[in-house]
Amino acid sequence: MSSTEIGYNSKIEGDAIHTRLDAAVGWFRKNSLWPMPMGLACCAIELMAAGASRFDISRFGAEVMRFSPRQSDLMIVAGTVTYKMALAVRRIYEQMPEPKWVIAMGACASTGGMYRSYAVLQGVDRMLPVDVYISGCPPRPEALLEGLMRLQGKIEREPHVKDAKPARAREAVVA
Amino acid sequence: MSAKQLAKKLEQQFKEIVSGPMEFRGELTLCVSNASRIAEVCQFAKSELGFDYLVDLTTIDNDDETPRWTAVYHIYGYGHFRHLRLKTSVSEEVSELPTVSSVWRTANWHEREAYDMMGIRFAGHPDLRRILMWEGYPYFPLRKDFPLAGKPSEMPDVAFSDPAPLEGGPFVTMAGGKDSTEREPRVRNPGG
Repeated sequence: MSSTEIGYNSKIEGDAIHTRLDAAVGWFRKNSLWPMPMGLACCAIELMAAGASRFDISRFGAEVMRFSPRQSDLMIVAGTVTYKMALAVRRIYEQMPEPKWVIAMGACASTGGMYRSYAVLQGVDRMLPVDVYISGCPPRPEALLEGLMRLQGKIEREPHVKDAKPARAREAVVA
Repeated sequence: MSAKQLAKKLEQQFKEIVSGPMEFRGELTLCVSNASRIAEVCQFAKSELGFDYLVDLTTIDNDDETPRWTAVYHIYGYGHFRHLRLKTSVSEEVSELPTVSSVWRTANWHEREAYDMMGIRFAGHPDLRRILMWEGYPYFPLRKDFPLAGKPSEMPDVAFSDPAPLEGGPFVTMAGGKDSTEREPRVRNPGG
């Protein structure tokens, strides 16, 4: 016989869990992020590695990359956003249903990176509300996973049911 | 036949406009003085001398020197494995060269790029549109007088561009420095 019961015990509580609705919704959302892989440059290679068996992004519930904005809630901007591509990225973001989040993966997506030139948008945050910035050129898959975990932490703390803010009003995290 | 012999043949054929060949580190360059006949020279190089491959077509902005534009044609023959480079210059007032896309089909996209980046037109080109920047972009960004940071432009629903901040850059290598400390890339802003 154990002395103290901590947390959920099915023998005592049956099949019921008591929680707040907001916490439950946040828990559902953070553990089933469906990414829209916006692979635009070499960061996309690391994004693919993060999705493959060695790093395995499905450990965090974010393996469903469907290339369809209609079914996604997390845009991972992986690579250099040129001005020619910028409005297409914006349009794809707008096609995603709410609630939605954005990860700026790597130096280019975060700030334009080494491309301080006429052709490259100086950071995707000039167009989209970015939630997590990931440093690196390109970031290793571990860094992407770290960024994803930061985002999960952020989603957990967000209000989901009551007082939910629109995407633009949220604050960013730097991973 | 060596590349030099091929170059000599080309020079013999177009004595009045072709000079050279100049040799630098084993590479041969011929200068064509009359830019309006470059297509003719290229046609001869392809059909008679076996230069069946246009490796690259690039353009140079000579800034305040005249003539302003230089076009460079790198050609190669798969039959004889020889390289040759042709150069020709054209003034800013003209800014037009005859197309060589009728000689080598690959020149089609090369010339579109030259048009896109430098604003040099190619007479007789089948489809002279921008290839990298979008239709309607108002500048030619590889010209020397175009700022590194870019210029603002706006085409609603198509594309836009803003100048990039250049604090702490661009990092430029000083060629010809006597040691590696002098040669290493340093911040050099235009006018600063």
